[in-house]
Amino acid sequence: MWKLFTQQKFMLMWLGFMITILSWYAAVKWLPISSFQRLPDPLTVVIEWFNTDPDYGLSVFTRDYYLHIWYSTYRATTSFILAVILGVPLGILMGWRVKVNDYASALLSILRPIPPLAWVPVAILIFPGSEPAVIFVTFLVAFFATTMNTLLGVKSINSDYFKAAQCLGARPKDILRDIIIPGALPSIFTGLQIAMGAAWFSLVAGEMIAAQYGLGFMILESYNLVQYPTIIIMMITLGIVGYISSAIIRLVGNHLMRWREQSMGLSLT
Amino acid sequence: MTDKPVIIDSSTDARFGHLSVQNVSKVYDPLGAHVEALDDCSLEIPAGEFIAVVGPSGCGKSTLLNILAGFDNLTAGQVLIDGEKLATIDHPPRPGSDRVVVFQNGALFPWKTVLQNVVYGLVVQNRFPESEANEMGMELLARSGNLDRIAGSYPSQLSSGMQRRVEILRALINNPRILLLDEPFRAMDTVSKTTMHRYLLEIYDQYHKTVFFITHDLDEAIFLADTVVVMTTRPGTIKLRLDVDLPRPRTRETMLSQRFLELKQQAVSAVHEEAKKAFERGERELA
Amino acid sequence: MSAGSESRPLPSRPSRWRHLNWRGAVSVITFFVLWHLAVVLEFAGFAELPTPVQTMSIFVTEYLTSIDYWNSWLVSFERVFYGFIIAQLLGIPLGLLFGTSPRFRNMFFPVFELLRPIPPLAWVPISILFWPTNESSIVFITFIGAFFVIVINVYDGVGNIQKEHMWLARSLGASRMAIFRRIMLPSVIPSIAVGMTLGIAITWNVVIAAEMIASDSGLGRLTWEGYVSSTPEVVLIGMISIGLAGYLSSITVDMIERRMMPWQEKS
Repeated sequence: MWKLFTQQKFMLMWLGFMITILSWYAAVKWLPISSFQRLPDPLTVVIEWFNTDPDYGLSVFTRDYYLHIWYSTYRATTSFILAVILGVPLGILMGWRVKVNDYASALLSILRPIPPLAWVPVAILIFPGSEPAVIFVTFLVAFFATTMNTLLGVKSINSDYFKAAQCLGARPKDILRDIIIPGALPSIFTGLQIAMGAAWFSLVAGEMIAAQYGLGFMILESYNLVQYPTIIIMMITLGIVGYISSAIIRLVGNHLMRWREQSMGLSLT
Repeated sequence: MTDKPVIIDSSTDARFGHLSVQNVSKVYDPLGAHVEALDDCSLEIPAGEFIAVVGPSGCGKSTLLNILAGFDNLTAGQVLIDGEKLATIDHPPRPGSDRVVVFQNGALFPWKTVLQNVVYGLVVQNRFPESEANEMGMELLARSGNLDRIAGSYPSQLSSGMQRRVEILRALINNPRILLLDEPFRAMDTVSKTTMHRYLLEIYDQYHKTVFFITHDLDEAIFLADTVVVMTTRPGTIKLRLDVDLPRPRTRETMLSQRFLELKQQAVSAVHEEAKKAFERGERELA
Repeated sequence: MSAGSESRPLPSRPSRWRHLNWRGAVSVITFFVLWHLAVVLEFAGFAELPTPVQTMSIFVTEYLTSIDYWNSWLVSFERVFYGFIIAQLLGIPLGLLFGTSPRFRNMFFPVFELLRPIPPLAWVPISILFWPTNESSIVFITFIGAFFVIVINVYDGVGNIQKEHMWLARSLGASRMAIFRRIMLPSVIPSIAVGMTLGIAITWNVVIAAEMIASDSGLGRLTWEGYVSSTPEVVLIGMISIGLAGYLSSITVDMIERRMMPWQEKS
């Protein structure tokens, strides 16, 4: 009985994919609307993607494909790690010590509304070369997301836990280790997933504007070189890589927080 | 049983857990809203006594507990514990493992197992190496209703009754002078509550700690305690002090006895008088 | 119980009238001072930048009264507005659909989830190919940015509707349409609000980026042109304007949300 149920879900999922792809194909090939006709169709995309000798030079079998993936992943990961190293401790400090919060929150709320892309020109001026500039901008976005969510996590810890720990003789560093960090961990990980998504967002934009190599760069380049199927290939690759990076974070979080009874279910970030 | 140090001793030494609350007042935000929570409260709690504090919402019973526990300070008067200063205006009280609190909604650390929770106080104060603390924790759990079988579970996997029991043990293992319970069974259903009462009384009979127990439930108060204190509405002070001279151990029959009903009547009329005042003043519950 | 109002025992706050966040002011001022010093002392790339004071004076003299400048504001705001609104109009029903129909969800949610991680800007070339005008292609990107966020939040909101409310309505004989209108919709309003708050921030990010890449008007374009023409003060003015505009949008959305949910306690 249970097998049948999961089978049905599975079937429906495939059905959904089929319908989508077929609609896409139909729209491109048969609809007499020029907008659609300009788009590449799924068949062409797939053929190109898995071609041992692709027309436009990028497929699962070419080295350059992985080169671009590597560049983007490397940038995203570096910025992300930097953001975590700086953002989590700052968020914890802000939540824990009112004074730190006083100093930091005013400054952060001024800088935060500025969209990441707006920083790119300034970053290019300040940092030598476009590579550090792109990483900086990506870092900034991830940093804000991480700090805010960490702060939120610390603030939302039930105050009774602090009191109970104090009754039992915990000193401030014990409270940090035993209450604040475990208590804020769920929020921290939600923040990390958001930060990862934000990092990719920002990275792609940065790459489009100011980089050589990388998935974002390639998407724009393919457009400029009239290599339309490659655009789709890169988009899908981007989606996959982005999804995997969020999934990794989620899994690490789940492992660290085994005590959480509720099922994680959907990642709603 | 091995001859390891048994952490909890059932000392009924008269100077062990004797609380003296002397003319305590507490005003919140004195320069602003000026909320008088407590006004000239005085109370003597002999060592080893089980005292229940009741009163209308907002009467300051939790404020008093917070002062005793060390989370907040008074603005007038003083509190002595076994003759030493616990809280004065110049000497704010601090939380400590001699006065452990059991909270209303439960405060077991969700990310630690039952055993880790129970031994937390011992481990964090470095009183015992972890392995020894774990052994003592297991022993206490086993002794208190075979709870050793859930030693590896996380709190979210337990019923609220079990959680409360574990929380009481977490407090108890530190050999506190006073056990402070802030409406611990309020959110529980009647059946679980009855089980918890029996459990608490067993613990009390065995270890005879001073217990400071806050509740709304008059039946619970009279059933469990040696003394029931009724507080007035805000600003809170002691309105009535009832000596509950019912014999121990308390049983189901106790609740049906004539004396129980007499006591309850006195308590009820006192509480209702205050509740009526509070209601007429339109007091909003302080949560 | 007073426990709720006092969180952890912290050193007591300074008394009332010194409530101003002087520490916050200190850090903000320090930031500007450091900026000024970095420029004056020609620290690394800062040599190219104008000081805060220079930026301010250029803004006041050249931009405050310039029609073109305020036109940029208008153009960017328009794009944000349209993209945001359309995202709400399409996203809320889709989220509701995902939340209420298991069959639909099983069929199309995987497709949705596959598209969601693709950053909005990655859609730029496709958008340019597809849409006839430049303007519509940018609005599309803006739409993409906010769309996924609102769908997810509404979907989440549907999941949080208390079963009891639904059962109650059904036992009182309510029709499916009535349940939908009177129970579901009001219950998802908080989630819609969250989606809107997140969405507006993302929308601004996206608009600016899209303008930089693919447009000839708007605040993003302004900033970019400053960069391309090597006039850093324009870049800075652009950044500040964008930040301000984004901030104003967030406040507007906040106000709208409060109207939507008058019963909520102010946090």
